Order: sequence, then C-alpha cells, then structure tokens
Amino acid sequence: MSAVAAYFRNIREATLTVFDGMSVSLSYLFRKPITVQYPDRTPQPILDMIPEGYRGILDVKTEICTACMACMRTCPVQVINIVVEKVGDPPKRMLTHFGINVAKCMFCGLCSESCPTGAIYHSKEFEGASSRFDDLVRFFVDQPVVPYKPPKTEKPEAGETPAATNGEPT
Amino acid sequence: MRFFADSLIETWPFLQGWPPWLVYTLVMFAFGAVVLFGFVSLFAGIVTVVERRIAARMQFRIGPNRVGYQGCLQWLADGIKNFTKEDLTPAGASKMLYLFAPYLVFTGLFLTFVALPFGQALVISDLNVGIFYILAVSSFVTVGLVLAGWASNNKWALLGGIRSAAQIVSYEIPTGLAVLTVVLMSGTLSTQGIISSQGIWPWDWFASANPFAFIIFIIFFISTLAEGNRVPFDLPEAESELVAGYNVEYSGMRFVFFFFAEYANLFVMGALTAILFFGGWNSPFNWSTSLFGLFPQPLEVSGTLFFMTKALSFVVLIIWLRWTLPRLRVDQLMVVCWQYLTPIAFVCMLGTAFWMVGAHRWGALDYVKYPIFLFGVFLVLAMAARTVRNIRLVGDPVDLNPFQ
Repeated sequence: MSAVAAYFRNIREATLTVFDGMSVSLSYLFRKPITVQYPDRTPQPILDMIPEGYRGILDVKTEICTACMACMRTCPVQVINIVVEKVGDPPKRMLTHFGINVAKCMFCGLCSESCPTGAIYHSKEFEGASSRFDDLVRFFVDQPVVPYKPPKTEKPEAGETPAATNGEPT
Repeated sequence: MRFFADSLIETWPFLQGWPPWLVYTLVMFAFGAVVLFGFVSLFAGIVTVVERRIAARMQFRIGPNRVGYQGCLQWLADGIKNFTKEDLTPAGASKMLYLFAPYLVFTGLFLTFVALPFGQALVISDLNVGIFYILAVSSFVTVGLVLAGWASNNKWALLGGIRSAAQIVSYEIPTGLAVLTVVLMSGTLSTQGIISSQGIWPWDWFASANPFAFIIFIIFFISTLAEGNRVPFDLPEAESELVAGYNVEYSGMRFVFFFFAEYANLFVMGALTAILFFGGWNSPFNWSTSLFGLFPQPLEVSGTLFFMTKALSFVVLIIWLRWTLPRLRVDQLMVVCWQYLTPIAFVCMLGTAFWMVGAHRWGALDYVKYPIFLFGVFLVLAMAARTVRNIRLVGDPVDLNPFQ
C-alpha cells in the first residue's frame, strides 16, 4: 500500500514543484536586469564608476617629478626607465627620458608609494589594449625637463629624505 | 490545397491551357518552398534569438541586443559565421554516413510540415493519415541522430546517439497513446479533421473535453519535450557530461543543420499541441484577404493568426520550461516514461473511451468541459498570483520593458 501512496505522492510533488519552479523563473523574467552594458551604454561615464584607490595604468606628472629615480629602483620588475643627463650650456641636470612598459607592469603600487611628490601614480585608466606591443611602452618626456625642486619650507617626512637626495645620474 | 489551386487556375488565364495535375503539383511545391524558406528557416533563426533574450531576462541579464535593432539580426550573424567555418570530417569517421546524417535529421523534420495545417486552406497536403504520418516521419530524426553519433568515431557522440535512440523510442509510446486518445475523440487521423471536430471556444477543445483528456494533454506535452530533446530531457546533448552529444564533431554548416532542425522542431511541438488539444485554426472571426487581388478566393487569415498564437504560446512555454528545470538522469528519464507516463496514458485512453460511451448515454457528462476550462483558467491565475508573490517577497525592481 505504501508503494502506491509513494507513487501518487511522487506525481503530486512533481506537479507542485514544477509549478513552483516555473513561477520563480517567471518572476525573474519581470525583474530589472543588472547588466552594465560596457563600454558604450553605461549609466554614467565608465571612469566615474571606478572605485577610489583603483590601481590603473601608471601615469606621471612630469612637472612635479624630482627625477629622484626612487620609483625606478623600487620597481620589482624593472618596468620604469628614467634617464637624467646634463644638458645644455652651462650643463644643467635635466630629465630626458621617462618610459614605463605597461605590458610588464604588475600594478603592485610600490613606485607610487615611494614617490616623494606623488608624480608617479596609478590613474583610473584600464583600457590599455593595443594591437602593437610597442604601443604598450609609454613615454612621458618629449623635451628635456628641469626636475621639480620641492620648496624648502616643506619639511620632508621620514623615509622620503634619502630617496629625494640620491637623484644623481649614474 | 486543391481548392486554392483551382482558384489560381480561374484567376490566371495562362494556367488554363496546362494540365491540372501539373498545376496542382507546382502549387504544392511552391507552397512547400514558401513554408520551408519563408517560414521555417525564419522561425528557426528568430526563435534562437528570442530564446536567448528570454533566457537572459530569467537570469538577470539582457541578452544579445547589438546586431540590428535589439539583436533582431543576431541569427543572421550567427548563420553567416557558421557558413564561413571549416567543414571538418574527423579522422576515422565513417565519411559517407557522417556527411549524410545531418540531412536525415533535417529531412525528417521538414517532412512533418507537409501535414501541419496553418489554416483552413493552408495545408500542403491534407493526408487522411496526417497525424500518423507526422509521428512516422519524425522518427527519421532518431535515425539521423544515431547515425551522427556512430559515424563521428567519438565516444561522447556515440553515447549521445544511443541515448537519443533509447529516449525517443521510449517516449514514442506515451506520445502515440496520447495521439490515439485524440483520434478516439475525433474519429479521424487527418489533422484537418481533428481540428474541425473541435470547436471555436476553449471549452470545446479536446484539452477540456473530459478530465482524462486534460491529463493526456499534459502527458503529450511532456513526451513531445522528450522526443524533441528539450530540457529537462536533453540527455542526448547533455553539455555537462557529453560535451555536445551527437553533434560534438560537427562544425560549420553541418552543425547548423542539427541546430536548425532542433529549433524547427520547437515549432512542430507547439503546433502539434495546438492542433491536437487546442483547436488549431478554429477562430470566432472570419477575416480574409485576397492579397491585393492576387487570388480570387479570399484567403482566411484569422484562423492562421489564432493557430500561430497558440503554437507560439507553446513554444514560449517550452522555452520557459527549459530555463526552469534541471536535466533528468538517464534512469530517472526511463522511470518517468515507463512507470508514470505510459501507464497513466493507458488509463486515460481507456477512461476517454468509457467517458465517450457514458456521454453518449448521459448527455449531462458533456457539461464537465466547463469546469475543466475553469480549472485551466484557475491554473493560469494561480501562476500569476504566485509570480506576483515571488516578486514581492524579494522586492527587486520590476521592469516590464523588453528592450534594454
């Protein structure tokens, strides 16, 4: 007798659960999709949707770069290449080359931590795809630039002092 | 079709010199071609996009909406992509059978359209064994799937083919019994005859003729799902176990043939359910058009509209089921068929037979169709109420706009 009861219970449960399941999936049909249609139909510009502290592709403000080379030395994968030369007459210490190989960068953020002036920093840019490998090396200095001199009144914080003064070319 | 051809001969004088049998044959071929190229291929393409959109919305997504307006040309893009792909034949495959199998599936499916009535006059051939013919030619599909599985020289494909054979052969029995019940009620095998023996209104349809017929409708629906390899019975192409099942080795256009047949089958399933249990092209209106004077006898279109509405509703129901239910295990599949569907179908067939005798004796039994119709309405309302409750319980924002 219990086998017969189980038989009809199975039929009843199958019917009811399928009915329940179908009402659940139907209710999902009427809910608002949460898809963000990146890149062209986002509700606001994509750069505004990126959270604070996001480590995007490295960018350099050359006008406040002291050419101390702290970032170049601290980089664990040798992504940054800086050249400081004596240029002109009388010879002046000038920043002549600042290149970052984005393809090798691992976005650890050590360079931006060690920078005394915040000249090298992580931008929010993340769309770095390129069809040519060479395009992934970014240069920030076209003409030789005079390195930035921090104002004397500003008291340098501990830990930044050695990096700021050892900016001699090798 | 003969009626239609006769009217053509009357309108176009140059046809009058031709032998009538030639005109009849040409009209049949032309109608077949129109159905094939103008309807089935369009349907199979568009329903893939529709299914993807519905599936996406059921999963909080949007779905393909970039090619054409709201992704309406996505199927063309997919088709062109598949045209340009390489047609590979795996090493060790039985080459002739491997190349032949997709056409067998395709042909078996398209032959069923010969006897599907789209309207009062719109049927390629009103065979007097129509529904039997449809059951017979749709078995071609099984042969094609088994051939594809065997000829691919691939273990997964072979497993898929074997599963499809076991599944379709098993589920032919409840399907056949359900069709037999309808034939009992209508007294004819012709699809047109089955439709015209049902009435215009929902309570005159065979689904609500008697309680057994309502149950046999559900059994028929479940077993056509299994015969069409749709979820929850899509074991021949179970992605998680068999990669893609019988068509795992096929690429390019040959894969599209399988895919195409599968989605055209979706319409056949919906249309068969509409014809057998939901009154086919019966409609309370009589709108007709002569297509800008092309035909002298106006073509009846309201019936076609009603038929398409019914068939497409079942297509949507099948899609909805697909994105709700998980796949059954092989043994569960067989248990569902042999322990549940087949015995219940037998009981329902006998029950219908006795019911018909009883209704002949006591006319009051005929009024049972109204409560059954009301029960159907209750089911729809219960589903709606349940869905509203589900939405309220979660409290997510509701968005009825289908275009995102």
